[in-house]
Amino acid sequence: MLIDEKNLNKTAVDFPDIPDFDSLLGDARKEKDLELFGLSEPEAMRHYTKLSNKNYSVDGNFYPLGSCTMKYNPRVSEELVNLNGFANIHPLQPESTAQGALKLLDLTASYLKELTGMDACTLTPSAGAHGELCAIFTIRKYLESMGDAREIVLIPKSAHGTNPASCTLAGYKSEEINTDETGRIDLEGLKLRLQKNPEKIAAIMITNPNTCGVFEKDIVEIAKLIHYIGGLVYMDGANFNAFVGKMRPADIGVDAMHINVHKTFGTPHGGGGPGAGPVVFVKRLEPFMPNPRVVFDGEKYSLKDEENAFGRLRTFNSQFSVIVKTFAYLISCGLDGLRQVSEDAVLNANYLRVKLKDTLHLAYDENCMHEVLFDDSNLKEIGITTLDIAKALIDYGFHPMTVYFPLIVHGAMLIEPTETESKETLDRFVDAIKEIIFKAKNGKTDEIMNTPITTPVQRLDETKAAREPILNCFCK
Amino acid sequence: MRFLPLQNDDRSLMMSDIGIKDVEELFLDIPSDIRSKAISSIDLPEGLSELKVANTLKSLSKQNISCDDYNSYLGAGANQHYIPALVNYIISRGEFLTSYTPYQPEVAQGTLQVLFEYQSQVAKIMGLDVANASLYDGASALAESIAMALRINKKKKVILSGNIHPYYLETTTTFIKHLGAEIEIVPFNPYEEEDLISKIDGNTCCVAVANPDFLGRVSSFNGLSEKCKENKALLIVTGSEPLALGLIKSPAEIGADIACYEGSGLCGKLNFGGPSLGLFATKKEYMRQMPGRVVGKTCDKNGKEGYVLTLSTREQHIRRDKATSNICSNAGLMATAFSIHMAMLGGVGFKNLAKLNHSKAVALYNGIKDAKNVKVLNKTFFNEFAIKLNGIKADELIEKMMEKKIFAGVTLNKFYKEHEDILLISVTECNKSKDIAKFITALLEV
Repeated sequence: MLIDEKNLNKTAVDFPDIPDFDSLLGDARKEKDLELFGLSEPEAMRHYTKLSNKNYSVDGNFYPLGSCTMKYNPRVSEELVNLNGFANIHPLQPESTAQGALKLLDLTASYLKELTGMDACTLTPSAGAHGELCAIFTIRKYLESMGDAREIVLIPKSAHGTNPASCTLAGYKSEEINTDETGRIDLEGLKLRLQKNPEKIAAIMITNPNTCGVFEKDIVEIAKLIHYIGGLVYMDGANFNAFVGKMRPADIGVDAMHINVHKTFGTPHGGGGPGAGPVVFVKRLEPFMPNPRVVFDGEKYSLKDEENAFGRLRTFNSQFSVIVKTFAYLISCGLDGLRQVSEDAVLNANYLRVKLKDTLHLAYDENCMHEVLFDDSNLKEIGITTLDIAKALIDYGFHPMTVYFPLIVHGAMLIEPTETESKETLDRFVDAIKEIIFKAKNGKTDEIMNTPITTPVQRLDETKAAREPILNCFCK
Repeated sequence: MRFLPLQNDDRSLMMSDIGIKDVEELFLDIPSDIRSKAISSIDLPEGLSELKVANTLKSLSKQNISCDDYNSYLGAGANQHYIPALVNYIISRGEFLTSYTPYQPEVAQGTLQVLFEYQSQVAKIMGLDVANASLYDGASALAESIAMALRINKKKKVILSGNIHPYYLETTTTFIKHLGAEIEIVPFNPYEEEDLISKIDGNTCCVAVANPDFLGRVSSFNGLSEKCKENKALLIVTGSEPLALGLIKSPAEIGADIACYEGSGLCGKLNFGGPSLGLFATKKEYMRQMPGRVVGKTCDKNGKEGYVLTLSTREQHIRRDKATSNICSNAGLMATAFSIHMAMLGGVGFKNLAKLNHSKAVALYNGIKDAKNVKVLNKTFFNEFAIKLNGIKADELIEKMMEKKIFAGVTLNKFYKEHEDILLISVTECNKSKDIAKFITALLEV
């Protein structure tokens, strides 16, 4: 244990004796020493190794978390980011000494532009939601330059919560638009909506394929409608893994799209981050994207600030190491590999769809893209819930799917296998779900509602955690 | 392709189960002309073997000169520190590296407990009651802090010290531009002390200061928190070198309501500035207004202690347009690295590392303080200070020093065009004493 009074004097780091000297801290000098729990080096190793053993991970477990694209993370990248020439370079060192790094950023941007058909790319955003915000800020600045920022951003009900949250930060009111019986945007409803006050609509944010796992078939028409009223089309690229090399967002009328490289391009998620959220833009938005930009003048690369940019999103240029891993992944796959990635991702999802559709209830009974969505409409009669299925899967060694999202489907189970799983793994997963349902149907609901039992802790009391928050070891 | 387990016979079997003959049938919702266009238009190379990928990146990396190749005094928001090998070893373990945000707590107790310990350490270092599970970086953490103050304190005037890192100021201004705040940034003046106190009045929502500040100066900000309290304004303390807090007063000790720092210097290598880590802490009373993920302790149905993500009703996936922030992915692995390093240092090591940094910076200061050609602008500092050059521009000095394989520091001109003769110098435990002596000689000779 780290948190223990007797560890207050321990340390795993040895220091030389520092001879006395006159400090220059002035009146800022601390009077009372900081107390932090410490461990010796072997204790630290044991503590964290033991903790690591309490995690499921993509390395060890099938992790079909819908909308998260938990694919295998190539290990060569971890070695390459630690190369001296990448790991030990400073963001403010003279640009003449960082040409390789700047070139790598530029090459990565070129790949992303080529794959999306877009004209410009910023690598600055720190994660997906940061990328969304970046896109909306850019759109706002563009519209302001045209004389009117407008007021409203349209967002389908099925969207990730980050979409409306980002709009609020950019000073826009987000307005929900309805979905139809296939999970897609209700085109007729949208047309009616656009008649109301088209001059106030700044943009539409569309996730495509959407969070129901289906492609927005009307996207080209939707984009035309939005452009007709002077709005812009932002596409949430969280689900890019479904169509890399198969479709270019520029060709369907998209003006801006963020890319979660920690999803689509195989950089590890690290238990919550770091990610990176590059954004690609059409030409007319380029002047307004954030600073700094990587510029190549034919001889050398540099970082430049542009006057029309909407501003700055983070301290330094990008989540650089994450971009290095992105680039390694992109050149590893190449165009042929990337297309195969998307095809296999979609194939795997559809395989699960047909294998499970008689066991679980499909939210929309049609081909899906890279993830498949079930609801809980056949579970009530069996006497278990979506959550029970999720927890029961854990005892089979599987990480649960995404549950209760998207919100428009009752008891949603969103399963995204990704392309890096074998048919055998998918078959074992199907068998596990079938067995869970079989058990539940045969009077073993209590057993299922008691799962998981193979984990270090069983189901945790989340209500208690929120009502009486204990957020660190000093909270009473 | 080496990342794909499916073989063609698997694909055939699966397609037959699905009832299709060609995988293209699964893409029919995408209009066919759009698909054809993607096939005919995208022009990128074929994939490469791992060896070729490694060689490509190695050759790019060799086009850079690193702070290990040269003696580096670069800081200005990113200070180089030595991180014990165990830290990178642990965060490279797949169980930490390749897991997702811990939505399913039973299979994420490792990540959750580390984050709980991280929150404990950050709260303690800042001297405040509660910390969150990380934000993107120092600059965006300051922006989130201001946004939080605007929610708590329904006043509009936001006063930002001009001594905050200019990139933090720019990021914050960008981020809160549309939240209805009136932002006042005190003009930057490296030669004079800033008068913040007189600017605070009853309309002030919050005041933000940096400690150490952009030029490395440290302060106890006497009278500032009292003036803030009188006017019901929140005090925010930020900075990019939290290691200083081993020797200088914590944000809480100078009266902060919110503290936000860049933590990546204590997590790993410089990495050209990213990934980063935003440390964030506040008082208990503002807990439910915090941005970002938070881990809490609870118990399972058998009464066994465990950890979960909590207070999620603040967050975007529940509250959508009314969330406290739009953040989803954060800096989890960096927070893990930070926490491991803090546990390895302990309070004793944290203070020793801070002292070592300060002593080395003082050694450099002592070597040049009486020189005629340079003048140290700081009266106080931790491990970084600014010098004003005489007869040479900072850019020129940097060029000259590079001939001696020294990165002499960061020119202020990079941020403020008018300051061409001020150089910002950072000294950490990574600078050997004999190299510092050489640097002093080189500086005196300029």
